[in-house]
Parts: sequence; structure tokens; C-alpha cells
Amino acid sequence: MLGKQAFLRHSVFPQAGGMRSARLSVVRRRGTGLASLWRYLLAGLGLAALLAGVLAAVYLTAPQSGQPLGPDVSRTKKTDNGLYVASLVPERGVVRQGELEAWLLTLKTKTGASVERAAIAISGGMPLHNHGLPTSPQVTDYLGEGRYRIEGLKFTMSGWWQLRFAISSGAGSDTVLFNVVL
Amino acid sequence: MRRLFCSLALAMAAILAGCGKPDFSDAEKQTIASLALNTLPALKPDTTNRFADMPAAAALGSTLFFDVGMSHDGTVSCSTCHKIDRQFQDDLPQAVGVGRTNRRTMPLAGVARDPWFFWDGRRDSLWAQALTPLENPLEQAGNRTAYAHYMKARFGERYERIFGPLPDFSGIPPNASPLGSEAEKAAWNAMSDTQRDAINRVYANIGKAIAAFERSIEPAPTRFDRFALNLSTGAEPKGDAIFSREEILGLKLFIGKANCVTCHNGPRFTDNGFHNTGVPPVANLPPDRGRVDAVAQVEADPFNCFGAYRDGDASACGELRFMVKDAPELVRAYKTPSLRGAATRPPYMHAGQFSSLDEVVAHYAKAAPSVEGTSEVHPLELSDRERAELVAFLKTLAE
Repeated sequence: MLGKQAFLRHSVFPQAGGMRSARLSVVRRRGTGLASLWRYLLAGLGLAALLAGVLAAVYLTAPQSGQPLGPDVSRTKKTDNGLYVASLVPERGVVRQGELEAWLLTLKTKTGASVERAAIAISGGMPLHNHGLPTSPQVTDYLGEGRYRIEGLKFTMSGWWQLRFAISSGAGSDTVLFNVVL
Repeated sequence: MRRLFCSLALAMAAILAGCGKPDFSDAEKQTIASLALNTLPALKPDTTNRFADMPAAAALGSTLFFDVGMSHDGTVSCSTCHKIDRQFQDDLPQAVGVGRTNRRTMPLAGVARDPWFFWDGRRDSLWAQALTPLENPLEQAGNRTAYAHYMKARFGERYERIFGPLPDFSGIPPNASPLGSEAEKAAWNAMSDTQRDAINRVYANIGKAIAAFERSIEPAPTRFDRFALNLSTGAEPKGDAIFSREEILGLKLFIGKANCVTCHNGPRFTDNGFHNTGVPPVANLPPDRGRVDAVAQVEADPFNCFGAYRDGDASACGELRFMVKDAPELVRAYKTPSLRGAATRPPYMHAGQFSSLDEVVAHYAKAAPSVEGTSEVHPLELSDRERAELVAFLKTLAE
């Protein structure tokens, strides 16, 4: 939006003002009556067309981003009741759309100790599309130091995804939600 | 008079300035580049089919694909519905083999890249898919031992050169199958485990040969791909790579306001997923609940990735292993079809519900609720002109 306003302020109005003053001076020098009325009318038409043209160009080329504020996409979070600190990263470092991928979930307690032998259930989906995850990802391995491998995640579309983890261990049960935006 | 002319010319110039071809934002350019065919990765090896990239297997598969002997009554082959000169589909609302089925024939370009097969994904590999119509009473209507006998009689030498020795056929009934008529089922059940396994292995190899052939069927570059390539390289488009204003606006709608690209993404214009989009059922066809009923079928298939006939190790079975088995959105969910070539192959949807792209676009704009389950599609305000623009763009994927 800012871009559009700036564009109008800096390009359209100065041009229009310039044209109008040029035309006024022509009218003053040359004559009056019907002929000048015609000229005003035509000048007005020209200006209106120019404005419409510029507005159309601006409207058609403006990026149509509808989300001024995206969801929180931090990869390290305290769980909802503060029992754990969870970190989520794709195993290969990057997320590739449309492929089954493994992610790593690291769980620490409040005091920084690794959480071992946690039971973890994974769910999620796309909140704006009325559907869950296209796959059923599962924890397939414990890698030590609180790190769990999650396999079977697949992001089939670009957009806002949510991943929910329900975590249960000796320290208690808690949940955490991660946002992934592709 | 001259001033009048000048003013008019000025006004015209101003109008034209506003009507030039619309430009693309950087984000739009990125999306367009992601749809272009040059971003399609090389076909991955299929480790579940060790014959997948063997030319002799593909050649035998090609023979089988076009052989009407591969049916109960000798009149139907894979190519009866997957017509080679029609994008490997048949232009019918529902496929007709030995009988009339309840689903639209899917085209085959790029099929080897699919994780799931059929509209509902009831098979998990291309070779397991190829076996299914062979025994469907409405398609090729054959039975398992009859196909094995046929392979030995007609293609024995070719078969053995690729797959190794055929089994001992003594005592194998001419017609037997776990899926056939009552008599065929009884004959199948009377066979020994060893015999059943030997026949299943021949049968799986038939599928693997056909799959090896089908891997060669890939999408071809279109006008859209030439346009997209020019856009990404900044080259001046020439000839048919030039898009009309209507086509450009259609493309902008496709990747913008109309949200088509949400599911129709990537160079094949599909997310390979299943969605309920509120497509209405067809009267007089059996009940069809889509993906939700396919889950049990693929799990029960002896030729699935977990079965005994898979080559390689189970690491290739991720899709089956992490399959969603029970979720409300599986009800009346059907596969997102590729849109490449779609403009020249009506009718549309899983049972040919819509006869034109105009009807398809109108359906998505209206977003009628699903008869069962919940449609993922939201209503969309599209003017008549915008609908025409979308259709104009879709046609560039078929030229």
C-alpha cells in the first residue's frame, strides 16, 4: 500500500498539475467561449484517462499479498505449559515441498536437561484450508541428547502449515505448536 | 482543429498507457518459474521394481500394453482406455472396458512420478496399479492364472530373458484368481501356497514390465513453458511464446486470486494429494466415497510396497507407511489431476462430471458444499471475463 501511495504522490499529481497549468496559459492567451470550454473538457478527459491508466497499471502490477503479519515461525519454543523447550528443524536443513522428509525434534527440560524416552504424538494441518496433514508423521528413532527423528512429514502446498506435538515423559505431559510457512 | 486532434491523441495515449500488458511481481515470477517443465527433476529410480529401467522389460511392457489378448474376451487392452493418440485417455466420462466403469480414465503423462494411483490412490506403485484393471470385471476382466498361462504361451522366451525361468505350470488351473468369479476363487483356494506364490510372481512381473514401459510417458513442453522460460531468463518472447493479455491475466488469477496453484502446484500442476472439492456424484453410479475407501484397499493389496513382490528394501515404502488412514477430509477426496493437456481432454473430474473448463471454473468459483464430507474450496467472486481469462491460460498448457 505504501508503495502505491508513494507512486501516486510522486508521479501522477505533479504530471497532472504540470499539464493543467500549461493548458491554463494557452487558454489565457488564445481566447474564450465555447472553444475554451471544449479544451477544458478535452483536457479533463485526457487527465481522467491518464489517471485511470496509471491506476490500472498500479493495480495490476501491485503484489497481492494479503497477510501483513505472518504466524510466529520460530523453531525453538517453550511448550504450552512451560514443561519443555522444543526445537524443530528439517533434518536436511531445507524444506522441499512435495517430498517425504525427516525432521528433528529436540526436547529439553526447563533446566536444560535432555528429555529421554518421551512419547510424542504429531498432528497438524493447514488452518486456512480446512485439512490436516497429508501424511501421518511418526517418531521413528531416538538419536540421544533429547533428539527425536520424525519421519513421514510432507508439505504438499505452499502456505501456512501447523505442526502440533503432544509430548509425554517423566517430567509430565505438554503440547507445543510450530508454524511452518512455505 | 489541430488542438482538438492533439488533445484526443493525448487522451488515447493515456488510455493505452494504462492498457499495456500487465507485469509480474517477483513473487509471481518465482511461482511461475516453479510451474515450468524445466524444473521437473529427473525421474527417480523405482527400487520396488528392479526391471523399471530395463529396456527389454519396457519393450515387453509396451507389447502387453497394446495387446488385446490381455483380457477375458480378447477385445480390451490397457490402450483401449489409455489411447496413445489421446494423451493416453479416452475422452469418455467413465471408462468402458469389458463393461462400463464408474471412473474417468486418467491420462498417463508423468504417471511414474505419482506416489498414489487411480483417482482415490488405491494402489501405491505403478506396477501394482497396472495389475488392477487386468482383473477388474469391468475393465480387462481376466484372471491371474489365465494371464500367467498366456505369458508362457505367447511371450515365454521374452519373459524368461528378463525375469528368469517361468514356474512349473503342471496342475495350475486355467482360470483361477482370489478376485474372480466363485469358480475362479475356488480354484485359487485349491492351489498350494507355492503355486499361488509362483503365479503371483509372474503376475507381478507383468505389472513391472508394463510400468517399465509407462515410465517413458512424460509431459511435453507447452506454450506456457516457453513463456515461463522467457520470463525467467528475461529473453524477448517470440512466436507462440508470446502470451495475450487475456492469457497473462488468466495466469495471474491462477497463481493469485483464484488460488488454483494451492493444489495445482509444481511443474506437473499437482500436489499429488487428495481433496474434497465438492464435485457432485453422478446419478446411477455406485456410491463413491473416494480416498476414504481406498485406504483399506491399498493396505489389503498383496502387491503393495509391504508385500512379498516388492524388490529392494522397505525404505521405499514411506508413502504407505505414513499414509493417513482415518481422517474426515478423506471422505470424497480425489487426487489433484495434472493440468498439463487438460484443456484438450474433456470431460473433467473423477467421473467426467463437467463437460468443459468453463464448467470446472464455475464449479470452483461457486464452491458448492460436498454431498458428504466437507469441501476444501471457498467461494470466489470471479467475473465472466476473469473466468474466460483462466480458461485462456489453461489452454496454454495444452498447446
